[in-house]
Amino acid sequence: MSQQYVAAIDQGTTSSRCILFDRDGRIVSVDQREHRQIFPKPGWVEHDAQEIWTNVEAVVQESLQKSDITPDQIAAIGITNQRETTLLWDKETGKPVYNAIVWQDTRTDDIVRELGAEEGQDRFRARCGLPLATYFSGPKIRWLLDNVDGVRERAERGELLFGTMDTWLIWKLTGRHVTDVTNASRTMLMNLATLDWDTEILEAMGIPASLLPEIRSSSEVYGESTGYLAGTPVASALGDQHAALFGQTCFDPGDVKGTYGTGTFLVMNTGTEPVTSNNGLLTTLGYKIGDAPAVYALEGSIAVTGSLVQWLRDNLGLISTAPEIETLARTVEDNGGCYIVPAFSGLFAPHWDSDARGVIAGLTGYVTKGHIARAVLEASAWQTREVVDAMNADSQIDLTTLKVDGGMTADNLLMQILSDVLDAEVVRPMVAETTCLGAAYAAGLAVGYWPDIETLRANWHKAAEWNPKMEPEVRRREYHNWKKAVRRTLDWVEREDGE
Amino acid sequence: MPGRIQSIERAAAILRLLASGARGLSLAEVSRSLELPKGTALGILRTLQHVGFVEQDPESGRYRLGGGMLSLGTRYLDGNELRTRALNWADTLASRSGESVRIGTLHKHQVLVVHHVFRPDSSRQTLDVGTLLPLHATALGKALMAFDPLAVPEEVASVETDSPVELTSFTRHTVATMAALEEQLTGIRDSGWGWEAEELVDGEVSIAAPIRDRRGVTVGAIGVRGAVERLRGDDGKPDMEQVSYVRDAARAISRELGVTPY
Ligand SMILES: Nc1ncnc2c1ncn2[C@@H]1O[C@H](COP(=O)(O)OP(=O)(O)OP(=O)(O)O)[C@@H](O)[C@H]1O
Repeated sequence: MSQQYVAAIDQGTTSSRCILFDRDGRIVSVDQREHRQIFPKPGWVEHDAQEIWTNVEAVVQESLQKSDITPDQIAAIGITNQRETTLLWDKETGKPVYNAIVWQDTRTDDIVRELGAEEGQDRFRARCGLPLATYFSGPKIRWLLDNVDGVRERAERGELLFGTMDTWLIWKLTGRHVTDVTNASRTMLMNLATLDWDTEILEAMGIPASLLPEIRSSSEVYGESTGYLAGTPVASALGDQHAALFGQTCFDPGDVKGTYGTGTFLVMNTGTEPVTSNNGLLTTLGYKIGDAPAVYALEGSIAVTGSLVQWLRDNLGLISTAPEIETLARTVEDNGGCYIVPAFSGLFAPHWDSDARGVIAGLTGYVTKGHIARAVLEASAWQTREVVDAMNADSQIDLTTLKVDGGMTADNLLMQILSDVLDAEVVRPMVAETTCLGAAYAAGLAVGYWPDIETLRANWHKAAEWNPKMEPEVRRREYHNWKKAVRRTLDWVEREDGE
Repeated sequence: MPGRIQSIERAAAILRLLASGARGLSLAEVSRSLELPKGTALGILRTLQHVGFVEQDPESGRYRLGGGMLSLGTRYLDGNELRTRALNWADTLASRSGESVRIGTLHKHQVLVVHHVFRPDSSRQTLDVGTLLPLHATALGKALMAFDPLAVPEEVASVETDSPVELTSFTRHTVATMAALEEQLTGIRDSGWGWEAEELVDGEVSIAAPIRDRRGVTVGAIGVRGAVERLRGDDGKPDMEQVSYVRDAARAISRELGVTPY
């Protein structure tokens, strides 16, 4: 039999990619295509779902042809996707009733506030793990029902289907209307305990159940593909951050992965029971493999990490490329007393203060641009520390190793600082494309391409490792100063009365 | 105001002339075009060659602009940037080769390790980014010396005259003379990759290839290092499969830096 591969489709916010992996988890071929970002109004972001589908078909075909691989050599297809982005389409014609509303889109601001009413943003938190926020799909569906002509009537007659991007792609590939637990967990509509749609929330949001896909595990055969890969099983779906958790082989409770890009997403495996956060983290699904019990996770995101480096480059002009931050930061030994808290549009976990704004604190005549560069890198590390502290407190498990991926992991100084402030080992795995790898792993497991999770663990190799070198006394002092700087940012924006 | 220096004007004219001819010019063509006596033209060309501004094709004997000229006035590539751009390809090389991977750049007269990927097994390894390695006893260094005229061993740079220099020995296999090293470098220029067996550490082999930027200037080298039993065949030659992995990675990174593939 000829060599077999697993194809992972990564339907992301700016592009769609297909990566083929071999049995050792190595990348064999990649193809990628960007799609248009549609901005009809300030705060609105849309994607053309038809364009996304066309791109996905193209990258799948191209990734095979590039490396002279034939469709019969693909053992399974896995899907990972931008989360929460919401689409409604006609069951018969397959035509979307409107563009996909992207997760960043804030048009549901009013709906979210209305739904919160007296109970506030935590109204559904105990049931679905999430606070009311514009990102999640439920309020976006509600907006479509309320604002697009005829949509509510057609929905009530059972003519329409809802899906996040995983569901849209699986429906296009196989004709089945399904989603996985991780994607469903970002709609606000799934009950964390039953892993089924929560009728109470559906009622509160006014969403007809007939729209919704069936919720399945993250790793099972949903159906057979038609088209170019006809007959190939479509066998996994995972939201991007969940796929990264899986690709980083964070299979044990307490395992944490951190994806360092423009922003940073930290996810901790908390085992088979959901953990409610008392520290502002989101409770979400980690993954669910076939009939095995679902694995839950805590998620904490940091809005500004890599983008602070970009800010130093684009707004201050202190560096000409992002990697130069490391060169500049290495011109000095320490931060010279300077701290930067990049609360550009408020602070997320664990502070959740939308009125916070950024500060550069501790300035003296001694501070140079080298110190500022260092403070920029340290800001990513201390923000991570705050989220990790919250995770440790909520889960009662202490972090020992942080598994990292994303563009910023090329920065060796940042990785060392991260290890220093966390007082934990930081490791970067060999294959940086952990998101796609996670989707491939889940699909490969479902069809027996990989026999079990242990095999996947054996595939995981360290590309690099950093260990703490900071004196505990220094760590304590610096964390104290960081927290002091954070306090300077809180409640910066003063609201007029009645607003 | 002091007067103008004629030989510098002539050198500038020669550089301009070489910059206009793609295939390089012979000594006769240079002297004819600029109406210079052959001896004068040769003296200037040799001087320019010595400082790296001119290269002579070993086969045709024609002269052309050297790498030192190309890197003049252009921003040098930051090592941290090189690592960032090379990250995925270095990982791929480590996983295909099963060996540890390093990327080196020229730092004064040594190789500076700017990136290191662990060998993909479960052994304990430590990052050696920031380490300096000798040019003449490593494949990374040899690849740099073959293609970057500014890369010369410390021992050579520190002597004024053409008197013979002795290269520092690390093992009994370390290349000892400049003549022997030059011969190796000529081979590397022909093949596009270099290797070294037990010249730095007994029992270890390294293989490397140059990384070039958009202008074709060599900005670094990438290579694998590992046990002699794994990287050298019974015929005493390096494992050609490993060589092809190294060259693939070097080409991919060069492409990433903007070299147009031919
Ligand atoms: N060497 C470096 N040091 C510090 N920051 C870096 C370095 N290289 C890149 N970055 C930062 O990392 C970010 C890019 O990383 P990445 O490509 O993973 O981000 P992303 O756009 O969020 O990812 P994706 O497009 O896959 O969702 C940028 O914000 C950039 O400023």
